[in-house]
Amino acid sequence: MADAVTVRLTVNGVEREGRCEPRKLLVDFLREDLGLTGTHVGCEHGICGACTILIDGEAARSCIMLAVQADGAELLTIEGLMRDGKLHPLQEAFREHHGLQCGFCTPGMLMTALDLLRTNPSPTEAEIREGISAVLCRCTGYHGIVRAVEAAARKMR
Amino acid sequence: MKPVKFDYHAPASLDEALALLRRYGGDAKILAGGQSLMPLLNFRLSRPAALVDLNRIPSLAYIEEHDGQVRFGAMTRQRMIEFSPLVARRLPLLREATKWVGHLPIRTRGTIGGSIAHADPSAEYPAVLTALDGEVVARGPKGERVVKAKDLFVTYLTTSLEPDEILVEVRLPATDAGAGFALEEFARRHGDFAIVAIAALVVPDGARCRAARLATAGAGPVPVRLRAAEQILERDGLTDAAIDAAAGRAAELVSPDSDIHASADYRRHLTAVLTRRALRRALRVAHG
Ligand SMILES: Cc1cc2nc3c(=O)[nH]c(=O)nc-3n(C[C@H](O)[C@H](O)[C@H](O)COP(=O)(O)OP(=O)(O)OC[C@H]3O[C@@H](n4cnc5c(N)ncnc54)[C@H](O)[C@@H]3O)c2cc1C
Ligand code: FES
Ligand code: FES
Repeated sequence: MADAVTVRLTVNGVEREGRCEPRKLLVDFLREDLGLTGTHVGCEHGICGACTILIDGEAARSCIMLAVQADGAELLTIEGLMRDGKLHPLQEAFREHHGLQCGFCTPGMLMTALDLLRTNPSPTEAEIREGISAVLCRCTGYHGIVRAVEAAARKMR
Repeated sequence: MKPVKFDYHAPASLDEALALLRRYGGDAKILAGGQSLMPLLNFRLSRPAALVDLNRIPSLAYIEEHDGQVRFGAMTRQRMIEFSPLVARRLPLLREATKWVGHLPIRTRGTIGGSIAHADPSAEYPAVLTALDGEVVARGPKGERVVKAKDLFVTYLTTSLEPDEILVEVRLPATDAGAGFALEEFARRHGDFAIVAIAALVVPDGARCRAARLATAGAGPVPVRLRAAEQILERDGLTDAAIDAAAGRAAELVSPDSDIHASADYRRHLTAVLTRRALRRALRVAHG
Protein backbone atom coordinates (compact mmCIF):
# COMPACT_ATOMS: atom_id res chain seq x y z
CA MET A 1 0.00 0.00 0.00
CA ALA A 2 2.51 2.56 -1.17
CA ASP A 3 -0.13 5.22 -1.64
CA ALA A 4 -1.99 4.61 1.62
CA VAL A 5 -3.66 7.56 3.29
CA THR A 6 -4.46 8.14 6.93
CA VAL A 7 -8.12 8.55 7.80
CA ARG A 8 -9.07 10.08 11.15
CA LEU A 9 -12.70 10.30 12.12
CA THR A 10 -15.12 9.99 15.00
CA VAL A 11 -17.33 6.91 15.04
CA ASN A 12 -20.07 6.66 17.65
CA GLY A 13 -18.33 9.29 19.75
CA VAL A 14 -14.93 7.57 19.67
CA GLU A 15 -11.96 8.93 17.74
CA ARG A 16 -10.63 6.34 15.33
CA GLU A 17 -7.81 6.22 12.84
CA GLY A 18 -6.80 3.89 10.04
CA ARG A 19 -4.66 3.68 6.94
CA CYS A 20 -6.04 2.57 3.62
CA GLU A 21 -5.85 3.07 -0.12
CA PRO A 22 -7.85 6.04 -1.45
CA ARG A 23 -10.06 3.61 -3.37
CA LYS A 24 -11.28 1.95 -0.18
CA LEU A 25 -15.02 2.33 0.28
CA LEU A 26 -16.17 3.78 3.59
CA VAL A 27 -18.26 0.70 4.37
CA ASP A 28 -15.24 -1.58 3.89
CA PHE A 29 -13.13 0.71 6.06
CA LEU A 30 -15.70 0.48 8.84
CA ARG A 31 -15.97 -3.29 8.60
CA GLU A 32 -12.40 -4.32 7.78
CA ASP A 33 -10.19 -1.63 9.29
CA LEU A 34 -12.26 -0.56 12.29
CA GLY A 35 -13.91 -3.93 12.93
CA LEU A 36 -17.41 -2.40 12.96
CA THR A 37 -19.30 -5.11 11.10
CA GLY A 38 -22.77 -3.95 12.14
CA THR A 39 -23.03 -1.92 8.95
CA HIS A 40 -23.91 -4.35 6.17
CA VAL A 41 -22.85 -4.25 2.58
CA GLY A 42 -25.19 -5.52 -0.11
CA CYS A 43 -25.24 -4.13 -3.60
CA GLU A 44 -22.21 -1.83 -3.48
CA HIS A 45 -23.87 0.66 -5.80
CA GLY A 46 -26.23 2.72 -3.72
CA ILE A 47 -29.46 0.85 -4.44
CA CYS A 48 -30.19 -1.44 -1.48
CA GLY A 49 -29.50 0.88 1.46
CA ALA A 50 -28.02 -1.83 3.72
CA CYS A 51 -24.87 0.26 4.25
CA THR A 52 -26.68 3.46 5.30
CA ILE A 53 -25.06 5.29 8.24
CA LEU A 54 -25.24 8.85 9.56
CA ILE A 55 -22.45 11.11 8.35
CA ASP A 56 -22.33 14.39 10.26
CA GLY A 57 -25.87 13.69 11.38
CA GLU A 58 -27.39 12.83 8.00
CA ALA A 59 -28.12 9.42 6.50
CA ALA A 60 -25.94 8.47 3.55
CA ARG A 61 -24.72 5.35 1.76
CA SER A 62 -21.29 4.24 2.93
CA CYS A 63 -20.73 2.05 -0.16
CA ILE A 64 -20.63 4.98 -2.56
CA MET A 65 -18.35 7.17 -0.51
CA LEU A 66 -14.61 6.72 -0.10
CA ALA A 67 -13.13 6.28 3.36
CA VAL A 68 -10.71 9.12 2.64
CA GLN A 69 -13.67 11.43 2.05
CA ALA A 70 -14.86 10.81 5.62
CA ASP A 71 -11.60 12.11 7.10
CA GLY A 72 -12.63 14.53 9.87
CA ALA A 73 -16.27 13.47 9.80
CA GLU A 74 -18.49 12.32 12.62
CA LEU A 75 -20.20 9.02 11.94
CA LEU A 76 -22.99 7.19 13.68
CA THR A 77 -23.35 3.49 12.90
CA ILE A 78 -25.73 0.87 14.21
CA GLU A 79 -23.25 0.06 17.00
CA GLY A 80 -23.76 3.58 18.36
CA LEU A 81 -27.53 3.44 18.63
CA MET A 82 -27.78 1.84 22.09
CA ARG A 83 -27.30 4.20 25.02
CA ASP A 84 -26.24 3.11 28.53
CA GLY A 85 -27.01 -0.50 27.75
CA LYS A 86 -30.53 0.33 26.61
CA LEU A 87 -31.95 -0.16 23.14
CA HIS A 88 -32.83 2.97 21.17
CA PRO A 89 -36.62 3.53 20.90
CA LEU A 90 -36.37 2.60 17.22
CA GLN A 91 -34.67 -0.69 18.05
CA GLU A 92 -37.29 -1.40 20.72
CA ALA A 93 -40.06 -0.67 18.25
CA PHE A 94 -38.55 -2.90 15.55
CA ARG A 95 -38.39 -5.75 18.06
CA GLU A 96 -41.91 -5.09 19.29
CA HIS A 97 -43.55 -4.80 15.86
CA HIS A 98 -41.68 -7.46 13.91
CA GLY A 99 -39.71 -4.90 11.95
CA LEU A 100 -37.09 -7.51 11.06
CA GLN A 101 -36.67 -11.11 10.11
CA CYS A 102 -33.22 -12.01 8.81
CA GLY A 103 -31.82 -8.67 9.91
CA PHE A 104 -29.76 -7.98 6.82
CA CYS A 105 -31.48 -4.70 5.96
CA THR A 106 -32.00 -3.70 9.59
CA PRO A 107 -28.91 -1.56 10.29
CA GLY A 108 -29.54 0.51 7.17
CA MET A 109 -33.27 0.58 7.85
CA LEU A 110 -32.75 1.88 11.40
CA MET A 111 -30.29 4.59 10.40
CA THR A 112 -32.59 5.67 7.56
CA ALA A 113 -35.58 5.77 9.91
CA LEU A 114 -33.58 7.77 12.45
CA ASP A 115 -32.79 10.43 9.85
CA LEU A 116 -36.41 10.40 8.67
CA LEU A 117 -37.74 11.00 12.20
CA ARG A 118 -35.24 13.77 12.84
CA THR A 119 -36.27 15.66 9.71
CA ASN A 120 -39.96 14.82 10.14
CA PRO A 121 -40.90 13.87 13.72
CA SER A 122 -44.57 13.21 12.87
CA PRO A 123 -44.59 11.47 9.50
CA THR A 124 -47.79 10.16 7.92
CA GLU A 125 -47.88 6.51 6.93
CA ALA A 126 -47.27 7.54 3.31
CA GLU A 127 -44.23 9.58 4.37
CA ILE A 128 -42.87 6.63 6.34
CA ARG A 129 -43.32 4.36 3.33
CA GLU A 130 -41.60 6.89 1.09
CA GLY A 131 -38.78 7.32 3.63
CA ILE A 132 -38.05 3.65 4.08
CA SER A 133 -38.30 3.00 0.35
CA ALA A 134 -34.64 4.05 0.47
CA VAL A 135 -33.83 0.59 1.87
CA LEU A 136 -34.77 -2.76 0.36
CA CYS A 137 -36.05 -5.52 2.63
CA ARG A 138 -36.53 -8.97 1.13
CA CYS A 139 -38.18 -10.50 4.21
CA THR A 140 -40.77 -8.48 6.07
CA GLY A 141 -43.03 -7.07 3.36
CA TYR A 142 -42.46 -3.73 5.10
CA HIS A 143 -45.71 -3.65 7.15
CA GLY A 144 -43.93 -4.42 10.41
CA ILE A 145 -41.30 -1.83 9.64
CA VAL A 146 -43.92 0.85 8.97
CA ARG A 147 -45.67 0.03 12.26
CA ALA A 148 -42.35 0.07 14.10
CA VAL A 149 -41.42 3.50 12.74
CA GLU A 150 -44.89 4.82 13.64
CA ALA A 151 -44.51 3.51 17.17
CA ALA A 152 -40.98 4.87 17.55
CA ALA A 153 -42.13 8.27 16.27
CA ARG A 154 -44.73 8.45 19.03
CA LYS A 155 -42.10 7.60 21.65
CA MET A 156 -39.45 9.95 20.32
CA ARG A 157 -41.62 13.06 19.97
CA MET B 1 -16.86 -4.91 -6.93
CA LYS B 2 -14.28 -2.32 -5.95
CA PRO B 3 -12.83 0.58 -7.95
CA VAL B 4 -9.52 0.27 -9.79
CA LYS B 5 -6.56 2.18 -8.34
CA PHE B 6 -6.55 5.90 -8.89
CA ASP B 7 -4.74 8.97 -7.66
CA TYR B 8 -6.93 10.89 -5.27
CA HIS B 9 -6.85 14.66 -4.92
CA ALA B 10 -9.05 16.83 -2.73
CA PRO B 11 -8.02 20.39 -3.64
CA ALA B 12 -9.02 23.23 -1.34
CA SER B 13 -9.65 25.71 -4.15
CA LEU B 14 -11.17 25.82 -7.60
CA ASP B 15 -7.91 26.99 -9.17
CA GLU B 16 -6.13 23.97 -7.77
CA ALA B 17 -8.89 21.72 -9.06
CA LEU B 18 -8.61 23.22 -12.55
CA ALA B 19 -4.83 22.79 -12.50
CA LEU B 20 -5.25 19.13 -11.60
CA LEU B 21 -7.70 18.55 -14.43
CA ARG B 22 -5.24 20.14 -16.82
CA ARG B 23 -2.41 18.03 -15.43
CA TYR B 24 -4.25 14.76 -16.12
CA GLY B 25 -5.42 15.94 -19.54
CA GLY B 26 -8.82 14.24 -19.62
CA ASP B 27 -7.84 11.14 -17.60
CA ALA B 28 -9.15 12.59 -14.31
CA LYS B 29 -12.77 12.53 -13.17
CA ILE B 30 -14.43 15.18 -11.04
CA LEU B 31 -15.98 13.69 -7.90
CA ALA B 32 -18.98 15.62 -6.57
CA GLY B 33 -21.62 13.76 -4.51
CA GLY B 34 -20.43 10.46 -5.95
CA GLN B 35 -23.98 9.13 -6.15
CA SER B 36 -23.63 8.41 -9.86
CA LEU B 37 -19.86 8.25 -10.25
CA MET B 38 -19.09 5.89 -7.35
CA PRO B 39 -21.40 3.14 -8.65
CA LEU B 40 -19.65 3.42 -12.03
CA LEU B 41 -16.26 3.16 -10.30
CA ASN B 42 -17.39 0.21 -8.19
CA PHE B 43 -18.52 -1.60 -11.33
CA ARG B 44 -15.26 -0.57 -13.03
CA LEU B 45 -17.30 0.91 -15.85
CA SER B 46 -15.28 4.04 -15.19
CA ARG B 47 -11.50 3.68 -14.73
CA PRO B 48 -10.06 7.17 -14.35
CA ALA B 49 -6.36 7.72 -13.58
CA ALA B 50 -7.34 10.24 -10.92
CA LEU B 51 -10.25 11.66 -8.99
CA VAL B 52 -10.48 15.38 -8.31
CA ASP B 53 -12.80 15.60 -5.31
CA LEU B 54 -14.65 18.94 -5.03
CA ASN B 55 -15.98 18.18 -1.53
CA ARG B 56 -13.24 20.19 0.21
CA ILE B 57 -14.05 23.43 -1.62
CA PRO B 58 -16.64 25.03 0.69
CA SER B 59 -17.15 28.08 -1.55
CA LEU B 60 -18.92 25.83 -4.09
CA ALA B 61 -21.98 25.27 -1.87
CA TYR B 62 -24.50 28.12 -1.58
CA ILE B 63 -28.00 29.20 -2.55
CA GLU B 64 -28.61 32.89 -3.18
CA GLU B 65 -30.96 35.17 -5.07
CA HIS B 66 -29.46 37.63 -7.48
CA ASP B 67 -30.99 39.65 -10.35
CA GLY B 68 -34.21 37.62 -10.34
CA GLN B 69 -32.28 34.37 -10.46
CA VAL B 70 -31.72 31.76 -7.80
CA ARG B 71 -28.09 30.70 -8.02
CA PHE B 72 -26.67 27.47 -6.68
CA GLY B 73 -23.06 26.60 -6.12
CA ALA B 74 -22.39 23.36 -8.01
CA MET B 75 -21.69 21.45 -4.77
CA THR B 76 -24.98 22.43 -3.15
CA ARG B 77 -26.52 19.17 -1.94
CA GLN B 78 -29.93 18.11 -3.17
CA ARG B 79 -30.86 17.78 0.50
CA MET B 80 -30.00 21.43 1.17
CA ILE B 81 -32.22 22.40 -1.76
CA GLU B 82 -35.08 20.26 -0.43
CA PHE B 83 -35.09 22.09 2.91
CA SER B 84 -34.17 25.59 1.70
CA PRO B 85 -36.83 28.23 2.53
CA LEU B 86 -35.53 30.38 -0.34
CA VAL B 87 -36.07 27.54 -2.82
CA ALA B 88 -39.52 26.78 -1.37
CA ARG B 89 -40.52 30.42 -1.90
CA ARG B 90 -38.77 31.33 -5.12
CA LEU B 91 -38.33 28.03 -6.98
CA PRO B 92 -41.10 25.73 -5.79
CA LEU B 93 -40.83 23.60 -8.97
CA LEU B 94 -37.24 22.72 -8.13
CA ARG B 95 -38.24 21.84 -4.59
CA GLU B 96 -40.94 19.52 -5.86
CA ALA B 97 -38.52 17.96 -8.36
CA THR B 98 -35.99 17.35 -5.59
CA LYS B 99 -38.34 15.02 -3.76
CA TRP B 100 -38.25 12.77 -6.84
CA VAL B 101 -34.45 12.54 -6.88
CA GLY B 102 -33.59 9.15 -5.40
CA HIS B 103 -34.13 9.04 -1.64
CA LEU B 104 -33.20 11.27 1.28
CA PRO B 105 -29.90 9.40 1.95
CA ILE B 106 -28.96 9.87 -1.72
CA ARG B 107 -29.83 13.57 -1.58
CA THR B 108 -27.58 13.99 1.48
CA ARG B 109 -24.56 13.65 -0.83
CA GLY B 110 -25.88 14.21 -4.36
CA THR B 111 -25.32 17.71 -5.73
CA ILE B 112 -27.14 19.93 -8.20
CA GLY B 113 -23.97 20.38 -10.24
CA GLY B 114 -23.32 16.65 -10.38
CA SER B 115 -26.87 15.87 -11.38
CA ILE B 116 -26.76 18.35 -14.27
CA ALA B 117 -23.19 17.52 -15.37
CA HIS B 118 -24.05 13.79 -15.35
CA ALA B 119 -26.86 14.54 -17.86
CA ASP B 120 -28.89 11.42 -17.27
CA PRO B 121 -31.85 11.92 -19.64
CA SER B 122 -34.20 10.51 -16.98
CA ALA B 123 -33.03 12.87 -14.23
CA GLU B 124 -35.32 15.55 -12.85
CA TYR B 125 -32.94 18.52 -12.47
CA PRO B 126 -31.99 18.69 -16.16
CA ALA B 127 -35.72 18.75 -16.99
CA VAL B 128 -36.30 21.67 -14.62
CA LEU B 129 -33.26 23.51 -15.98
CA THR B 130 -34.65 23.03 -19.48
CA ALA B 131 -38.23 24.00 -18.63
CA LEU B 132 -37.17 27.19 -16.88
CA ASP B 133 -34.55 28.16 -19.47
CA GLY B 134 -31.85 28.11 -16.83
CA GLU B 135 -28.13 28.29 -17.38
CA VAL B 136 -24.89 27.04 -15.86
CA VAL B 137 -21.55 28.69 -15.36
CA ALA B 138 -18.52 26.65 -16.38
CA ARG B 139 -14.98 27.55 -15.43
CA GLY B 140 -12.01 26.32 -17.45
CA PRO B 141 -8.46 27.28 -18.28
CA LYS B 142 -9.70 30.24 -20.35
CA GLY B 143 -11.99 31.59 -17.66
CA GLU B 144 -15.74 31.43 -17.17
CA ARG B 145 -18.54 31.04 -19.67
CA VAL B 146 -22.30 30.81 -19.31
CA VAL B 147 -24.03 27.92 -21.04
CA LYS B 148 -27.80 27.96 -21.62
CA ALA B 149 -29.77 24.79 -20.89
CA LYS B 150 -30.58 24.34 -24.58
CA ASP B 151 -26.87 24.33 -25.45
CA LEU B 152 -25.79 22.12 -22.57
CA PHE B 153 -27.28 18.66 -23.11
CA VAL B 154 -25.79 16.89 -26.13
CA THR B 155 -26.95 13.29 -25.76
CA TYR B 156 -27.15 10.50 -23.15
CA LEU B 157 -24.79 11.32 -20.26
CA THR B 158 -23.02 13.95 -22.37
CA THR B 159 -22.90 17.72 -22.00
CA SER B 160 -21.10 20.37 -24.02
CA LEU B 161 -18.69 20.99 -21.11
CA GLU B 162 -15.02 20.29 -21.83
CA PRO B 163 -13.12 17.73 -19.73
CA ASP B 164 -11.00 20.53 -18.25
CA GLU B 165 -14.03 22.64 -17.31
CA ILE B 166 -15.83 22.56 -13.98
CA LEU B 167 -19.49 23.42 -13.68
CA VAL B 168 -19.40 25.97 -10.86
CA GLU B 169 -22.90 27.47 -10.70
CA VAL B 170 -26.47 26.71 -11.72
CA ARG B 171 -28.85 29.62 -12.34
CA LEU B 172 -32.61 29.40 -12.52
CA PRO B 173 -35.03 32.31 -12.97
CA ALA B 174 -37.04 32.82 -9.79
CA THR B 175 -40.75 32.06 -10.11
CA ASP B 176 -43.27 34.90 -9.90
CA ALA B 177 -45.90 34.76 -7.19
CA GLY B 178 -49.15 33.55 -8.73
CA ALA B 179 -47.48 31.01 -10.98
CA GLY B 180 -48.49 27.36 -10.81
CA PHE B 181 -46.05 24.47 -11.08
CA ALA B 182 -45.99 20.68 -11.04
CA LEU B 183 -43.65 17.82 -11.74
CA GLU B 184 -45.46 14.65 -12.72
CA GLU B 185 -43.45 11.48 -12.98
CA PHE B 186 -43.94 7.82 -13.72
CA ALA B 187 -41.31 5.42 -12.34
CA ARG B 188 -41.52 1.74 -11.42
CA ARG B 189 -40.61 2.31 -7.79
CA HIS B 190 -40.38 5.42 -5.70
CA GLY B 191 -36.88 6.86 -5.93
CA ASP B 192 -36.08 5.31 -9.29
CA PHE B 193 -35.12 7.44 -12.22
CA ALA B 194 -38.17 8.55 -14.22
CA ILE B 195 -39.46 6.49 -17.10
CA VAL B 196 -41.00 9.80 -18.12
CA ALA B 197 -41.41 12.99 -16.10
CA ILE B 198 -42.87 16.35 -17.09
CA ALA B 199 -41.91 19.62 -15.44
CA ALA B 200 -44.54 22.33 -15.89
CA LEU B 201 -44.88 25.97 -14.94
CA VAL B 202 -47.83 28.21 -15.89
CA VAL B 203 -48.47 31.88 -15.23
CA PRO B 204 -52.22 32.45 -15.53
CA ASP B 205 -53.55 35.92 -16.26
CA GLY B 206 -57.30 35.85 -15.76
CA ALA B 207 -58.60 33.35 -18.32
CA ARG B 208 -55.41 33.68 -20.34
CA CYS B 209 -51.96 32.19 -19.92
CA ARG B 210 -49.13 34.70 -19.77
CA ALA B 211 -46.44 32.04 -19.95
CA ALA B 212 -46.20 28.27 -20.01
CA ARG B 213 -43.06 26.18 -19.59
CA LEU B 214 -42.86 22.46 -20.24
CA ALA B 215 -39.97 20.01 -20.45
CA THR B 216 -39.48 16.27 -20.35
CA ALA B 217 -37.24 13.77 -18.66
CA GLY B 218 -36.99 10.25 -20.04
CA ALA B 219 -38.53 11.03 -23.43
CA GLY B 220 -35.32 11.03 -25.47
CA PRO B 221 -31.54 11.30 -25.15
CA VAL B 222 -31.78 14.83 -23.71
CA PRO B 223 -34.50 16.81 -21.90
CA VAL B 224 -36.95 18.24 -24.45
CA ARG B 225 -38.46 21.69 -24.13
CA LEU B 226 -42.04 21.42 -25.44
CA ARG B 227 -42.24 24.91 -26.93
CA ALA B 228 -44.99 24.20 -29.47
CA ALA B 229 -47.19 22.80 -26.69
CA GLU B 230 -46.48 25.86 -24.53
CA GLN B 231 -47.56 28.08 -27.44
CA ILE B 232 -50.99 26.44 -27.61
CA LEU B 233 -51.60 27.44 -23.99
CA GLU B 234 -50.19 30.92 -24.42
CA ARG B 235 -52.53 31.39 -27.39
CA ASP B 236 -55.70 29.65 -26.16
CA GLY B 237 -55.47 29.98 -22.37
CA LEU B 238 -55.57 27.25 -19.77
CA THR B 239 -58.89 25.70 -20.75
CA ASP B 240 -59.44 21.94 -20.62
CA ALA B 241 -59.48 21.86 -24.42
CA ALA B 242 -56.21 23.77 -24.68
CA ILE B 243 -54.58 21.53 -22.08
CA ASP B 244 -55.69 18.44 -24.02
CA ALA B 245 -54.37 19.94 -27.23
CA ALA B 246 -51.05 20.81 -25.59
CA ALA B 247 -50.74 17.27 -24.20
CA GLY B 248 -51.40 15.80 -27.64
CA ARG B 249 -48.84 18.13 -29.20
CA ALA B 250 -46.29 17.22 -26.50
CA ALA B 251 -46.37 13.57 -27.58
CA GLU B 252 -45.57 14.63 -31.16
CA LEU B 253 -42.59 16.70 -30.06
CA VAL B 254 -40.59 13.89 -28.47
CA SER B 255 -38.61 11.07 -30.08
CA PRO B 256 -38.01 8.60 -27.27
CA ASP B 257 -36.02 5.39 -27.66
CA SER B 258 -37.06 1.94 -26.49
CA ASP B 259 -35.00 0.34 -23.75
CA ILE B 260 -35.40 -2.35 -21.09
CA HIS B 261 -37.57 -0.02 -19.00
CA ALA B 262 -40.16 1.01 -21.58
CA SER B 263 -40.89 1.08 -25.30
CA ALA B 264 -40.75 4.27 -27.32
CA ASP B 265 -44.53 4.14 -27.86
CA TYR B 266 -45.17 3.85 -24.15
CA ARG B 267 -42.90 6.78 -23.37
CA ARG B 268 -44.70 8.86 -25.98
CA HIS B 269 -48.04 7.90 -24.45
CA LEU B 270 -46.74 8.84 -21.00
CA THR B 271 -45.56 12.18 -22.33
CA ALA B 272 -49.14 13.10 -23.26
CA VAL B 273 -50.69 11.73 -20.07
CA LEU B 274 -48.17 13.36 -17.74
CA THR B 275 -48.26 16.68 -19.60
CA ARG B 276 -52.03 16.81 -19.11
CA ARG B 277 -51.70 15.90 -15.41
CA ALA B 278 -48.89 18.34 -14.79
CA LEU B 279 -50.77 21.22 -16.43
CA ARG B 280 -53.99 20.50 -14.56
CA ARG B 281 -52.19 20.37 -11.25
CA ALA B 282 -50.07 23.44 -12.03
CA LEU B 283 -53.29 25.32 -12.71
CA ARG B 284 -54.78 24.18 -9.38
CA VAL B 285 -51.60 25.26 -7.59
CA ALA B 286 -51.81 28.69 -9.24
CA HIS B 287 -55.39 29.11 -8.09
CA GLY B 288 -54.62 27.47 -4.72
C1 LIG C 1 -30.16 4.73 -5.54
C2 LIG C 1 -30.03 5.97 -6.34
C3 LIG C 1 -31.16 6.54 -6.89
C4 LIG C 1 -31.07 7.70 -7.64
N1 LIG C 1 -32.22 8.22 -8.17
C5 LIG C 1 -32.16 9.35 -8.88
C6 LIG C 1 -33.35 9.92 -9.44
O1 LIG C 1 -34.45 9.42 -9.27
N2 LIG C 1 -33.21 11.06 -10.16
C7 LIG C 1 -32.01 11.66 -10.36
O2 LIG C 1 -31.95 12.70 -11.00
N3 LIG C 1 -30.88 11.14 -9.85
C8 LIG C 1 -30.93 10.01 -9.12
N4 LIG C 1 -29.77 9.48 -8.63
C9 LIG C 1 -28.50 10.13 -8.97
C10 LIG C 1 -28.18 11.25 -8.00
O3 LIG C 1 -29.09 12.30 -8.13
C11 LIG C 1 -26.77 11.78 -8.27
O4 LIG C 1 -26.44 12.48 -7.13
C12 LIG C 1 -26.57 12.69 -9.43
O5 LIG C 1 -27.01 12.17 -10.64
C13 LIG C 1 -25.07 13.00 -9.61
O6 LIG C 1 -24.72 13.96 -8.71
P1 LIG C 1 -23.46 13.77 -7.79
O7 LIG C 1 -23.25 15.06 -7.10
O8 LIG C 1 -23.63 12.58 -6.95
O9 LIG C 1 -22.30 13.60 -8.87
P2 LIG C 1 -21.16 12.53 -9.07
O10 LIG C 1 -21.71 11.16 -9.01
O11 LIG C 1 -20.02 12.86 -8.19
O12 LIG C 1 -20.74 12.89 -10.55
C14 LIG C 1 -21.53 12.54 -11.66
C15 LIG C 1 -20.82 12.93 -12.96
O13 LIG C 1 -20.79 14.35 -13.13
C16 LIG C 1 -19.46 14.85 -13.16
N5 LIG C 1 -19.46 16.08 -12.35
C17 LIG C 1 -19.92 16.18 -11.07
N6 LIG C 1 -19.84 17.45 -10.65
C18 LIG C 1 -19.32 18.17 -11.67
C19 LIG C 1 -19.00 19.56 -11.83
N7 LIG C 1 -19.23 20.45 -10.86
N8 LIG C 1 -18.48 19.95 -13.02
C20 LIG C 1 -18.27 19.06 -14.01
N9 LIG C 1 -18.55 17.74 -13.92
C21 LIG C 1 -19.07 17.29 -12.76
C22 LIG C 1 -18.60 13.75 -12.57
O14 LIG C 1 -17.30 13.78 -13.05
C23 LIG C 1 -19.35 12.50 -13.00
O15 LIG C 1 -19.03 12.18 -14.32
C24 LIG C 1 -29.81 8.31 -7.86
C25 LIG C 1 -28.67 7.76 -7.32
C26 LIG C 1 -28.75 6.59 -6.57
C27 LIG C 1 -27.51 5.98 -6.01
S1 FES D 1 -24.53 -1.71 -0.16
FE1 FES D 1 -24.68 0.42 -0.14
S2 FES D 1 -26.62 0.76 -0.97
FE2 FES D 1 -26.38 -1.39 -1.21
S1 FES E 1 -35.26 -8.43 7.44
FE1 FES E 1 -34.34 -9.64 5.92
S2 FES E 1 -33.94 -8.15 4.40
FE2 FES E 1 -35.11 -7.04 5.79
